[in-house]
Amino acid sequence: MPDDSSLVEARDLRFRRGARVIFDGVDIDIRRGGITAIMGPSGTGKTTLLRLIGGQWRPDGGSLRFDGQEVAALSQKRLFELRKRMGMLFQTGALLTDLSVFDNVAFPLREHTRLPERLIRDVVLMKLEAVGLRGARDLYPAQLSGGMARRVALARAIALDPEMIMYDEPFAGQDPISMGVLLRLIRRLNDALGLTSVVVSHDVKETLQIADHCYVIADGEVKAHGTSDEIRDSASEWVQQFVQAQADGPVAFHYPGPPYAEDLHVEDRP
Amino acid sequence: MNAPRQGIDAVANSLAELGRSIFFLLRVIASLPSLVRKPRLVIEQLYSVGVLSLVIIVVSGVFVGMVLALSGYRLLVDFGAEEALGTSVALTVVRELGPVVTALLFAGRAGSALAAEIGLMKATDQLSGMEMMAVDPLRRIVAPRFLAGLIALPLLTSIFCVMAIGAAGGHLVGVALLGVDAGAYWSGIQENVEFGKDIVNVFVKSGVFGVIVTWIAVYQGYSAPPTSEGVSRATTSTVVLSSLAILGANLMLTAVLFGEV
Amino acid sequence: MQSRGLEIVVGFFVCLGIAAVFILTMRVSDLADTGGIEGYTVTAAFSNVGGLKAGAPVQLAGVRIGRVTDIRIDNTTYEAVVSMRIREGYELPEDSDAQILTAGLLGEQYVGIGPGAARESLADGDRIKITQGAVILEELIGQFLYQMGNRGGE
Repeated sequence: MPDDSSLVEARDLRFRRGARVIFDGVDIDIRRGGITAIMGPSGTGKTTLLRLIGGQWRPDGGSLRFDGQEVAALSQKRLFELRKRMGMLFQTGALLTDLSVFDNVAFPLREHTRLPERLIRDVVLMKLEAVGLRGARDLYPAQLSGGMARRVALARAIALDPEMIMYDEPFAGQDPISMGVLLRLIRRLNDALGLTSVVVSHDVKETLQIADHCYVIADGEVKAHGTSDEIRDSASEWVQQFVQAQADGPVAFHYPGPPYAEDLHVEDRP
Repeated sequence: MNAPRQGIDAVANSLAELGRSIFFLLRVIASLPSLVRKPRLVIEQLYSVGVLSLVIIVVSGVFVGMVLALSGYRLLVDFGAEEALGTSVALTVVRELGPVVTALLFAGRAGSALAAEIGLMKATDQLSGMEMMAVDPLRRIVAPRFLAGLIALPLLTSIFCVMAIGAAGGHLVGVALLGVDAGAYWSGIQENVEFGKDIVNVFVKSGVFGVIVTWIAVYQGYSAPPTSEGVSRATTSTVVLSSLAILGANLMLTAVLFGEV
Repeated sequence: MQSRGLEIVVGFFVCLGIAAVFILTMRVSDLADTGGIEGYTVTAAFSNVGGLKAGAPVQLAGVRIGRVTDIRIDNTTYEAVVSMRIREGYELPEDSDAQILTAGLLGEQYVGIGPGAARESLADGDRIKITQGAVILEELIGQFLYQMGNRGGE
């Protein structure tokens, strides 16, 4: 059972990009040891949240703490130290294209530790085994399918045994088998390694399957949060439209505009 | 928005861009010392930026030398001064053509490649991924390429000059083809090319050009919008800006180095 | 990319570049002539150096034996003092003279040394006593007009 303290705490978080307000006073708790899902329509700032947690961007207001430390207030050096405790899985995998799969997974180990090559080799092979790609170690990113690339990126993200992993749209564009593989991996790794996982996604069905706790974000605020069952049974119309994938509801199908008949000049026709 | 306002905005934007690029340069220079522990990165870049440019530099050097000898001969023979061919080729190459042509070719070949590579890494989130792995992309990706450019350009320029003046370029055409005496060719050169002025000038100019081209290339790549259009623009901007900057800097350097003769 | 092969190629490239630098320094320039090489410095004072510049050649019987390194004004005699670096191996008798001459069509000026007959040779720091300054065009014309004027008056 995940314990109740929060690894990441956002209070009254505010952020805007240019003229657009992305977060307008958002409260989020990422609990230790479990999988927290952040869901919402495209463009609501789910990826932005991950970048804020990772310290790549600074919030305009409110507080964002990782393990009690205010992320935005950290010096460059402490921030880098902090990042070693987090792993991030990008949507595209973000593998280094001129390195082989093996070297990609070995990269954080070579950069941040002084382990001898023998040991590094063992660690890399173990991580690749965990994602099922040990045999692909000599391939290059260009030779991998999208799903395989993500799994390699996952192996790389766990290379330094981080406390938390953030997944940015891990299921986007995947075929059912890869999707199933990823789902299983995320859940198993989380439990086996005692990780805290944050999954950002708009693949509702899949995400609700593995999440312990969910947040649904839209229009800069938290529309709903709770366990998967609570979300599915939510009374909010908006959440229901989202979860049921309905074409029309609180989020209208038609973009605002003049009435149809007027536009076609029906009255003017003979 | 009226025209004068747009003009002012454009100027302000350019100044801001220049300021950003200067800060960027300072940060890159500050990360150079960390390369002492990772010479491997610099060596890899030296290959990609220096060795791969060798062919175009050598071939251009030979052609430029041959052309200078050919047209120089035409000019001098009318004055009966064809013995001065060596001097004329050598001074033209060493003072102006060598550093400038090499730098322009370098900007086109290596500069554009650098910008494209870094821009593409940015567009595919590789730089971001590195940041999240607590690896500073400035140190790991940008600094080695910058240092490699600084080292490679003076070396390439020297090779260009030797090719242009020597046995494959000017010498070949002047002595073997046009019948200028080999002794006169080389002694003319040795008498009239001053180390302190002319050869040092090669190093100074190529060093300055190296900084300019590499700086522009890595900055354009690093600050490119992460789209295919952004990367493509960054690549062409690198070549255009570098070329203009090289020619401008050359003018100033020539005035300073040779001004008060 | 193989580690060994890469390093060898890059090493080759750098060697090539350094070799080119070396060639430029030694064969394409006059480094052999100036300063660093064995030699000694002598001076000579001229009433007028004309277009002589630092770096101009110093010749003896048409053979290049050194270079002008410096031209200064002597504050007491108001003459131009020219410093020349002569290459090792060329001995100049003490009573040699120095003239400023013009070379060829392009008019570069140089210092021509006429050997004397003394037994002792000039050493580092010595001064050449007998000198003839450059031919100044205006003076030549002035002389010519003066002579014409004289002849006309006869």
